[in-house]
Amino acid sequence: MFQAFHLFQMIRSSNKGERQISSNPLLSIKNIQKDFYGNKVLEDISFDLDRGEIVGLVGENGAGKSTLMNILFGMPVIQKTGGYKGTVQLNGKDICFRDPVDAIEAGIGMVHQEFFLIPSFTATENILLNRESTQYNFLVELFGDRLQKLDRTAMKERAIRAIQTLGVDIHPDTLVSEMPVSYKQFTEIAREIDREQMKVLVLDEPTAVMTESEASTFLTAMKRLAARGIGQIFISHRLHEILEVCDKIVVLRDGKVIKNIPASEATLRNIASWMVGREVGTTSFRRARSADDQDTSVLLSIDKLKVDMPGERVKNVSLEVREGEILGIGGLAGQGKLGIANGIMGLYPAQGSIILNGKPLPLNNPLESLKAGVAFISEDRRGVGLLLNESLKLNIAFTAMQVKDRFIKRLPGGIKWQDWNELDASAKEFIDRLEIRCTGPDQRVVELSGGNQQKVCVAKVLAMEPKLLLASEPTRGIDIGAKQLVLEVLREFNQRDRTTIVMTSSELQELRSICDRIAIVYEGEIVGIVPADAPMEDIGLLMLGNKLVDEPTHA
Amino acid sequence: MSKKNISFSSLIISNIVPLIFLLFSIAAIPLSGLTPTYLVQEMVTRLGRNTFLVLSLLVPVMAGMGLNFGMVLGAMAGQIGLILVVDWGIGGIPGLLIAALVATPLSILLGYFCGFIMNKAKGREMVTSYILGFFINGVYQFVVLYCMGSIIPVSDPELLLSRGYGIRNTMALPGLRQALDGLVSVEASGITIPVISLLVTLVFCLLLTWFNKTKLGQDMRAVGKDMAVADGAGIPVERTRILAIIISTILASYGQIIFLQNIGTINTYSSHEQTGIFAIAALLVGGATVARATIGNVFMGVILFHLMFVVSPLAGKNFIGDAQLGEHFRVFVSYGIIAVTLLLHAWKRRRNLLAKQEGKSEENREDDVS
Repeated sequence: MFQAFHLFQMIRSSNKGERQISSNPLLSIKNIQKDFYGNKVLEDISFDLDRGEIVGLVGENGAGKSTLMNILFGMPVIQKTGGYKGTVQLNGKDICFRDPVDAIEAGIGMVHQEFFLIPSFTATENILLNRESTQYNFLVELFGDRLQKLDRTAMKERAIRAIQTLGVDIHPDTLVSEMPVSYKQFTEIAREIDREQMKVLVLDEPTAVMTESEASTFLTAMKRLAARGIGQIFISHRLHEILEVCDKIVVLRDGKVIKNIPASEATLRNIASWMVGREVGTTSFRRARSADDQDTSVLLSIDKLKVDMPGERVKNVSLEVREGEILGIGGLAGQGKLGIANGIMGLYPAQGSIILNGKPLPLNNPLESLKAGVAFISEDRRGVGLLLNESLKLNIAFTAMQVKDRFIKRLPGGIKWQDWNELDASAKEFIDRLEIRCTGPDQRVVELSGGNQQKVCVAKVLAMEPKLLLASEPTRGIDIGAKQLVLEVLREFNQRDRTTIVMTSSELQELRSICDRIAIVYEGEIVGIVPADAPMEDIGLLMLGNKLVDEPTHA
Repeated sequence: MSKKNISFSSLIISNIVPLIFLLFSIAAIPLSGLTPTYLVQEMVTRLGRNTFLVLSLLVPVMAGMGLNFGMVLGAMAGQIGLILVVDWGIGGIPGLLIAALVATPLSILLGYFCGFIMNKAKGREMVTSYILGFFINGVYQFVVLYCMGSIIPVSDPELLLSRGYGIRNTMALPGLRQALDGLVSVEASGITIPVISLLVTLVFCLLLTWFNKTKLGQDMRAVGKDMAVADGAGIPVERTRILAIIISTILASYGQIIFLQNIGTINTYSSHEQTGIFAIAALLVGGATVARATIGNVFMGVILFHLMFVVSPLAGKNFIGDAQLGEHFRVFVSYGIIAVTLLLHAWKRRRNLLAKQEGKSEENREDDVS
């Protein structure tokens, strides 16, 4: 459908094209495809951006937004991974940038999520970095243009002009290090504005670090820029901002354009549901819960947990996990969902209280957590999860040996001896069960592929026969088939041994397919716990921080 | 009130190194028994002799490359210039100018090489340049000890070792001795002032101040603060860093020529070795850090460091009866101060890194505390 429409549009624009340049869209993205090593991340992406238009680009983490922007901006990573298919047109001309400097010269500006500023420089110096106004002197003839003297007065004037365009009040001599976050963001944009040729501005989650009032000043500035004819692509997880400022909304999911509609036709609720998608064959693992399941005792009770994990800070989480259930923890990246499991394991500084099986669990002590019967599949498998240079069987058995004294023969005199036979047997069992592709139990883990390493991680924790299993992103980086397998095995252990599982994942579908309940984390707190079969759009709204009381309204 | 206290104590802390040296010198001066006239004379001479060398360190600090231990490369180039000029029998100011002329292309070459290597070792510039100094010292010895007189013609047999090739361990600079200092020297209340040497230094300071205001100066600061941001803005980072080192090396070669014309003799195989350490120690004593150094630091440092240099052996002798002790102290201090500063730098960088990881932006501290 969409493609037909697009084709029609193309024909229409090519008819008028030559005579009336302005009928061309400013920026036109056509049938973009991109894969990373055979893994499709963008499929047939097309949309247009007109002069003075603001397009809102929304999608979950991993939907392909960043990749698309990297293509647009000519980031080297795209070329290094085999380039892309499809065309990008600016003012009706095909463009393909080799590096960001090309993109900047062509008039595409990018405002990064993390600041690209020099803290000890003033606003002026940052805005005009490498585009300073200069004055001639005779030494230039000898040593070249770089010995021109900076013209501080002219620089200040240009900086003030750029800042005024945004309608904010930043003194040009303020050091960036002394600015509040929003001012830093404004300084970044002012730098783009100062470029005469700037036509398209890409804003990648600029408001994520701002307060509400800062964000609203920011949105006003965006509108002012739009009025000057600058086309903008606005990426944000705050949907009400998208609705407020955008003319058009493009929803990406799994590398495809799901919706491309005028903002006036969208509501918060349906954007959320488009983002997270519909149900697709999700009933496979979830067992029917009988009524008495509800009565099982509480295995883990967390009260006011604070975890200081960089990038995944947990501010205040209270949670109860029932024995034998599978609880999912979901949420967008950076909101703190990964911090919870890491906090329980004692891997990052934590405060609060955790009661496991009626006994308080000491915080910040991984060994105690392990001994209490908690096992952890780390999201950082190379860093924490595996002993890469050791054999597969040792990796599987290592923690169990340390903590549970499994796979150990006791010789007279208290000497502990590795029980190689048992080790081999158990490794072989897991290799069969999880279909780990390897030459045998003695192969070194570093030689396995990423997906198979992940399976070893899973085997490792299962070998511990834990009471409580914390699985952080257990299926990250493995293909669909292997995913199913891992989920199946987790479910099997859950049912056979009544292992309680707390599974953290950024893939909502995955959580829904295996969990009994799903807790959604937003800005370090749990905003809601819903049954796994709750409507997708409810979960989507929760992920964006909207509590499920009634239809949210935003100022 | 309390605000004032804070700024006062932070003023002390940020100037703690020069203050300690000042206090030490004040305590040691009466012990040494040296007259004020003598001390002032020494200081004036040493300002004219050493300041230029220390100034050559400023540009790499600005470009974020730390203290350029590689300045000894420039010193070697300067010495080769001087050796050749002595052999050619050119004296006076023309001799010095020609020595500089010979040293310049050598310095550019060595500076480019040094900068190139340092670009391969970003973040570890100081240790790299330090070791590079040893390496080039080997090349220097090869050239001076074997090539001169055999491949490179040296006509004056007085300069050569008795075996017929290679330069002697020490050589006098007959026509060049004090050529710059003595050109115009003014006597004021018993103190001889080497006007031209000081003037050259002063002109160079003005040039540096002007350089700070150029586009290249701004680029260097940007590269020094954050290479990634500078690169993103289209500044040629590696080229800029190489330029900083080339400038530093050239200036160091001129500095060494000025230094040696004052001394009047060359220790062919060791004059350059101490140059780097002493210049860096002087800069640090003046309150500079690895990340920030000003012209004020240079003058303050040269005066304080050399005051201690002059005073401490005699003070040690009069106080404990052993001049050697003062000498030991001097060496101890010059290496110690470098070690402490590097340690402080590493500690600050680590702390900032941790702060950054925790998401707090405390970047400003890095520059201000220093």
